[in-house]
Amino acid sequence: MKVKVISRATDEFTRERSQDLQRVFRNFDPTLRPQEKAVEYVRALTAAKKEKMFARPFVGAMDGHVDAVSCMAKNPNHLKGIFSGSMDGDIRLWDIASRRTVRQFPGHQGAVRGLTASTDGCILVSCGSDCTVRLWSVPTATGMDLDNSSDDSTKPLAVYVWKNAFWAVDHQWDGDLFATAGAQVDIWNHNRSQPVNSFEWGKDTGISVRFNPGEPNILATSASANLLLVLEAPCPSDRSITIYDLRMSTPLRKIIMRVVLATWKLPFQQFEQCLETKTNSISWNPMEPMNFTAANEDCNCYSYDCRKLDEAKCVHKDHVSAVMDIDYSPTGREFVTGSYDRTVRIFQYNGGHSREIYHTKRMQRVFAVKFSCDASYVISGSDDTNLRLWKARASEQLGVLLPRERKSHEYQEAVMNRYKHLPEVKRIARYRHLPKPIYKAGVLRRIMTEAERKKQDRRKAHSAPGSMPNRSIRKQRIIKEIE
Amino acid sequence: MGTEVYLQDNSVETDIKLKKFLRGEGADLEALQDKKLKGQLAVREVLYGKSAKAAVKAEKWLMPTEGGYLEAEGGEKTYRIKQLDIGREVDVSSLKNQYDIVLPELGPYTLDFTSSGRYVALAGRKGHLAIIDVKDLGVVKDFQVRETVHDVVFLHNELFFAAAQKKYTYIYNWDGTELHCLKEHGAVLKLQFLKNHFLLASINKFGQLHYQDVTTGEMVGNYRTGLGRSDVLQVNTYNGLVASGHSSGSVSMWKPTTSAPLVKMLCHHGPVTALSFHSNGHLMATAGMDKKIKLWDLRKFGVLQTLPGHAKSLDFSQKGLLAVSTGSFVHILSDLSGSQNYSRYMGHSMAKGYQIQQVSFRPYEDVLVIGHSMGWSSILVPGAGEPNFDSNIANPFGTSKQRREKEVRSLLDKLPPESIMLDPTKIGTVRPVMKKKEKLTREEREAEMEAAVAAAKSGPTKKKTKGRSKPSKVAKKRQEGVERAKRPFMEQLKEEDMSIKKRKTMSEDNQLLPKSLQRFARKKTT
Repeated sequence: MKVKVISRATDEFTRERSQDLQRVFRNFDPTLRPQEKAVEYVRALTAAKKEKMFARPFVGAMDGHVDAVSCMAKNPNHLKGIFSGSMDGDIRLWDIASRRTVRQFPGHQGAVRGLTASTDGCILVSCGSDCTVRLWSVPTATGMDLDNSSDDSTKPLAVYVWKNAFWAVDHQWDGDLFATAGAQVDIWNHNRSQPVNSFEWGKDTGISVRFNPGEPNILATSASANLLLVLEAPCPSDRSITIYDLRMSTPLRKIIMRVVLATWKLPFQQFEQCLETKTNSISWNPMEPMNFTAANEDCNCYSYDCRKLDEAKCVHKDHVSAVMDIDYSPTGREFVTGSYDRTVRIFQYNGGHSREIYHTKRMQRVFAVKFSCDASYVISGSDDTNLRLWKARASEQLGVLLPRERKSHEYQEAVMNRYKHLPEVKRIARYRHLPKPIYKAGVLRRIMTEAERKKQDRRKAHSAPGSMPNRSIRKQRIIKEIE
Repeated sequence: MGTEVYLQDNSVETDIKLKKFLRGEGADLEALQDKKLKGQLAVREVLYGKSAKAAVKAEKWLMPTEGGYLEAEGGEKTYRIKQLDIGREVDVSSLKNQYDIVLPELGPYTLDFTSSGRYVALAGRKGHLAIIDVKDLGVVKDFQVRETVHDVVFLHNELFFAAAQKKYTYIYNWDGTELHCLKEHGAVLKLQFLKNHFLLASINKFGQLHYQDVTTGEMVGNYRTGLGRSDVLQVNTYNGLVASGHSSGSVSMWKPTTSAPLVKMLCHHGPVTALSFHSNGHLMATAGMDKKIKLWDLRKFGVLQTLPGHAKSLDFSQKGLLAVSTGSFVHILSDLSGSQNYSRYMGHSMAKGYQIQQVSFRPYEDVLVIGHSMGWSSILVPGAGEPNFDSNIANPFGTSKQRREKEVRSLLDKLPPESIMLDPTKIGTVRPVMKKKEKLTREEREAEMEAAVAAAKSGPTKKKTKGRSKPSKVAKKRQEGVERAKRPFMEQLKEEDMSIKKRKTMSEDNQLLPKSLQRFARKKTT
């Protein structure tokens, strides 16, 4: 007779000393886990609720500016620092961890319109409406940590005066050229006091400029035409996005964005009522450098592939007022937008709607947003002279996580994602409290677009089949593409 | 070279094991139109395959303990082997699990284990309640309630247990403090606890079934079975249904949210005396007064096997062994080679005066505990228990800190009573898109009409007495039957003709007008 009975030695299954970890044994047999699907669903529901409970996105505010914050710049070599410029010419370097000003760069007479740091992080370029471009030397990392340094104000390395006010500046990702946008797009070298090159197309004023992260010679600008009097030549105002290549003397491609709402004719004159489609800001996707997203005045963001500009890749709709600034996360998977409607929203790179919205009673019109270089934080600069620091993922636990904590968080996220389309879980995960004006404005916009869509459908139903083709919204905004 | 030999798996074996971990068929991706979703699901299916393979490997190489077995050599049969023989062959620490505790005055003992198998709650009929740590046979608490106790059951862990006493049910702490007196349940005969839902189910001497949530105290369900007094109640851990056996020979299965039983099956010709469910949820064993023990397949609700004999108590072990007890004998049946064909595996007979009240396998051990009229005993049954436990599910070596953490976690995972259903795998499945009913063609419909008419004509005619079944009247009745059978088809045909006619007239007259104005056109004829 051969017999064996289960016998477990206690010391194999318990710990010897209290300093040891408790032993964990796993058996993956499904029969030991009755009703596992129902348990998983309950866990998904609980995970959604816990995510809402732990969602505390606001980290802190950095105050110091006296006037509205107009622009911000990241230092590519130093995670903890951010530059901000305000409407009265005050430029500051902040230490995000302690939320205090490290260095001030006084000098601009008017509003600071653009800020950018060079690739090695040593030089800060700023431009303003006082027609000057100033270059500053950025204190090194060790110098940054000294908060109360005696040398609080610095003199600029160089001041270049030019003919017209500047609206934006951006530095090449892999070189020593920077571009400014104003009446024309100028390319500068650090050492020359005059632009090396200059591009012009039409009578537009460039209001934003961005270099491509992948291709160092390509840049995109957005322009808005000066408003002309209607009584003069019947020239409609157009808003365009233009792509330039530094190696060529003419721009590469240009798309004109405009939607004409109504035209009416008087003798010798023609009025056109146009929708505001001025692009306030552009940001290239750092992980997919052929794609860029444009933040538009008509409350939407449009993502384009720069090789195929006749159709937008994606339309991101959720804001209820003009989108003022946009910045991509270094992962290339999401971007943050700040809008005139006092909110900051985070979108997925391919998502039509925002995944997160941040708002505070004290935060007024948001003029600049930046995604931090480690993709964990979002910084917004607004009209109320404060910079605010937010978490990119609202319920994220900051700090060093133990491996078991990290695994637990990953499990919660995975189990919630598995059931996130079911109604109960979706309702909890999607809920965000909106301030009443924004909620009402959103409802109103929905009613208006629904009404417009219904009218369009009826027009199509009552017209000859085939005479009114469907125009997808991705193409709608673009009037033409010009080479 | 050597490692290749070890890594070569027997592919048939691994396929069978893979199936167990894959938990059913994969999704049908061909039927999807949405390409994005298709891509995402395809990636997930690959991941599932990988995780199942990793689980198979872990099961093969990483399990700390091996299961027990009993093999007879030569001509001897396993069911002739006595406990003393087993005791001689087995190691000293396992010998500690063979004992008889004699408590003659306090009546037949019923018992219940915690899910980890470490603690047992005993109830003697004459009022003796005790919690015992079976690892070292230490008494945690024992006390006398001076009342008849019919049944005892642990709640979610060893700290709380419920005892069905003469008039009411009481919940006690493991200090012996009476925490609650549950008056609504009445004079309960059998208690069961649903672990995932924290529901205490009871059946009382009037045949009323009560479900109470022990975390909030809310009475979730309270139903009259309508089938009389019953003292057989078992919970099917696979789907959370509670089955009760009745004196009419039927077994009914209940869930807390409906007042009628989900399933009612006639199992025996006489009253049902015992019931037990296999942990896989498909197998049920019932015993009746008609001297039969039947094994049922719960997917088809059909008998798999019938065995002769009485049974006062039945219990399935974690590995599928079935313990049957009558009088003072215990038989243990096993399906060798997994073929669901149960045959005698072991037996144990106690002294004549010992009337066995309840048998219960100890979880995660090869031990069967018998509660009888003279106390309780424990015998060794090799191959009964699951050798490898999962610390997150049940830990026989758990400390008090781990018990506290587990309690909080299991409360967070508490399932709502609505999640109890006959097929628990339905949760998380996608409801198939309803196909539109295909309209039958005209010929098919006429064929149907002919068939209905033929059926009406050839149907049985009632013969009336006292001269009321004259041939003319019978013929009239038959004609009426035929008309009645034809009527729905005629109505359908009429509707169709009308619509065809309408369309024809419309198309003829109104081709000149645009589509939106066609409804204003004057109709010439009806």
